Amino acid sequence: MSRIAGRFAQLATEGRRALIPYIVAGDPSRTATVPLMHALVSAGADIIELGVPFSDPMSEGPVIQQAHERALAHHTRLRDVLAMVAEFRQQDNDTPVLLMGYANPVEHMGYAAFADAAAEAGVDAALTVDLPPEEVADLNRELRRVAMDNIFLVAPTTPEARIRAIVEQASGFIYYVALKGVTGAGHLDVDDVAEHLAHIRAHTELPLAVGFGIKDADSAARIGQLANGVVVGSALVTHLAAAVADVDAEGQEAALLDAASGLMGSIRRGLDSIAS
Amino acid sequence: MTMQTSSKPYASVPDAQGRFGVYGGRFVAETLMSALDELETLYRRLAADPEFQRELDRDLAHYVGRPSPLYEAERWSDRIGGARIWLKREDLNHTGAHKVNNTVGQALLAKHMGKRRVIAETGAGQHGVATATIAARLGLECHVFMGEEDVRRQALNVYRMKLLGATVVPVTSGSRTLKDAMNEAMRDWVTNVDDTFYIIGTVAGPHPYPMLVRDFQCVIGREARAQSLELTGRLPDALVACVGGGSNAIGLFHPFLEDEGVAMYGVEAGGHGVATGEHAAPLTAGTPGVLHGNRTYLMQDEDGQILHTHSVSAGLDYPGVGPEHAWLKDVGRVNYVTVNDDEALRAFHDLTRTEGIMPALESSHALAWAGQLAARMSPEQNIVVNLSGRGDKDIHTVASIDGIDF
Repeated sequence: MSRIAGRFAQLATEGRRALIPYIVAGDPSRTATVPLMHALVSAGADIIELGVPFSDPMSEGPVIQQAHERALAHHTRLRDVLAMVAEFRQQDNDTPVLLMGYANPVEHMGYAAFADAAAEAGVDAALTVDLPPEEVADLNRELRRVAMDNIFLVAPTTPEARIRAIVEQASGFIYYVALKGVTGAGHLDVDDVAEHLAHIRAHTELPLAVGFGIKDADSAARIGQLANGVVVGSALVTHLAAAVADVDAEGQEAALLDAASGLMGSIRRGLDSIAS
Repeated sequence: MTMQTSSKPYASVPDAQGRFGVYGGRFVAETLMSALDELETLYRRLAADPEFQRELDRDLAHYVGRPSPLYEAERWSDRIGGARIWLKREDLNHTGAHKVNNTVGQALLAKHMGKRRVIAETGAGQHGVATATIAARLGLECHVFMGEEDVRRQALNVYRMKLLGATVVPVTSGSRTLKDAMNEAMRDWVTNVDDTFYIIGTVAGPHPYPMLVRDFQCVIGREARAQSLELTGRLPDALVACVGGGSNAIGLFHPFLEDEGVAMYGVEAGGHGVATGEHAAPLTAGTPGVLHGNRTYLMQDEDGQILHTHSVSAGLDYPGVGPEHAWLKDVGRVNYVTVNDDEALRAFHDLTRTEGIMPALESSHALAWAGQLAARMSPEQNIVVNLSGRGDKDIHTVASIDGIDF
C-alpha cells in the first residue's frame, strides 16, 4: 500500500480527516523548507503538499504567486525541491509528500527522469495543475512505473462524464477544487461542496480531499464533515509570510516554525472536533 | 506525424486533440476544461453555418473595412533595387491592425454563447483596443489585462481603451509584460468562467484558440492570394510577416501553405541580438515546453522557468509562439528568422519616408527582413509583406529612442 493510501486508511479507522498543508518549497528561504515540513507534521499535518516554484503559476492567486516569486528569487529549482524531500525523508519515513506544480519544469526534466528522481527522493505523488486528464497520460504512466500517484483535480465545472473518466485514471485521492477561481479567492459555499462531493462519491471509493477556500479551524471543520481531507494553502502561506515579515534573519526560522505550529494546531483541533 | 499521412497535410491540423504534430493541446486547469469543450463545440458548429459566415463577412466588410488593399511599395522597392515589395495593408483596418479580424469573430462567438462580459490580454495594446472596440459595439463589459511595463510604453492605446469604455487592468506580477497579462487573464477567466468569454489575441493558448484565431485571421491570406493573382497574374515568390504569438503571420501564410513555390519567412524579434539573450525569438533560440495552455517553443532556462524577453516592440515581447508555427518550423515549411531592434527601427523610418506609411514596430520587423530579402532577389519577383498594423501607437517609443521628449 502506498504511503498516501496507507495514511487515509489509518485515518479512516480512527474516524479522522486528513490535514494537508500546502507550502511553496524555497519560501521564504531554501533552508527553511525541511524544518517547516517537520513542524507541520508535529502540529498535526497528515500529508505535506509541496509547491514547486514556477515563473508563471497561472492558477494561483496573489499570495501564492508571491511565494513562487520569493522561492525563484533564490533559484529554487525542481531538483532542489527533490533534494528537500530527500532530506525530509531522513527523519520522516511515514508522512506522504505530494508535489504540486506546473507542467513545464517537469517536461523540461523529462517525465521518466522526473518520476525516477522523485521516487528516489521519497515523493509519493504529483499534482500538475496544467496537465488535465487529456494531457497527463504520458506522465501518469511514468509515475505508475515507480509506484507514485498522480493526483487529479475535479472542479465545480467538471461534468459527470469527465468525473467518470477522471476517477478511472486516479489513485491516492481526488482533489476537489471548491471554488471557481484561483487559490486564495472567494467564499466557500459548503452546500455546493456537499452536492459536488456526492456526485464524485457516486463514482469512486477513493478518498476525497477539498482545497481552495479553507482558511481556519471553522472552515476546516465544516468541510471535514463532508470530505476525507482538507487542503490549507493560501491561508497558511499568508500566515507564514506575515510571521517573518518584520523578523531579522536570525529569528526567521523560529518565527516561521512557531507560526506554522500555531495555525496547523488550531486547524487540527477544528478537524478533530468533528471526529467520529 | 499527420503530414505524412495526408495529401493536404496543412489542412489536417490541428487534430481532434488540438495538436499540430506534438505541439498545441489543452494544458489548463480542470476548471476550464468544460468551457473549452463548449467553445470548441460551438465553434465547429458555427464555422460550418453559412449564416454565421455571412454575419462575419458583413462585419468584416462594413465594420472593419475589408478587403484591405495590396499595395505596391514602388519607391521603396526601387530604392532597394531587387524584388517588388507589396504591402498587405492591415494597418488600414478599423482600429489600425490585423487584430480586429479576430476580435470581430470571437465577439460573435461570445454573443452566440450569451456571455455578457469579455476579457483580453494585450501587449502593444492593439488587441486590447480591438477587443474594447467590439465590446463597445456589442454592449459587452470589457476588462483588458496589460503588463504594467506595457501600460507605460503604450499610453496612447491605454487611453483609447478607456475611451471605449473598457477597464484596463495593469498587471504587476512577473515581468509585467504580455506573458503576465495572459496569466492574469487566465486567472480572471477561471474565476468568472460562467459569464465571461476570453478573447485571446493570438494563435496561442489552449485548443481551440490556436485553430479559431487562425481561421479568423486567414482572411488576410485569402485576400492577398486573390489580389496577387489579379495584380501580378501569379502567386508571390515570398511572404514575410512578423511573429510574436504569430496571428498575423498564420493569417497570411496559411492560405498559401499548399503553394510549394511560395517561400515564407516568419520574423521574430531579435531584440538586442539573439547572441545577447535579450530577445523574443523562441523559434530561433528556444526549446519546446508548455506555457499558457499549449506545447510550443519557449524561451526558458535549464530548469524550465520562463525567461524574460526583450523587444523594442511590445507586441512581439513574448516568450512563446503559436503551436502551429512550432510545427511549421519543424516540418520546414516556413523559415523563421530574426530582426534586431535597430534594424526594425531603420525599416520604420525607411517606409515612413519613402512611402508615407508609418508602420507599427511589430510590422517593421517584417519590413526589415523583406528589404534584406528583396535585395537578393530580382525585379521580376514579388514579395508580399504583412503590414500588420500602423505605427501611431509607437511614436512615443520612436521619439524617445531618437532623444525627443514631448
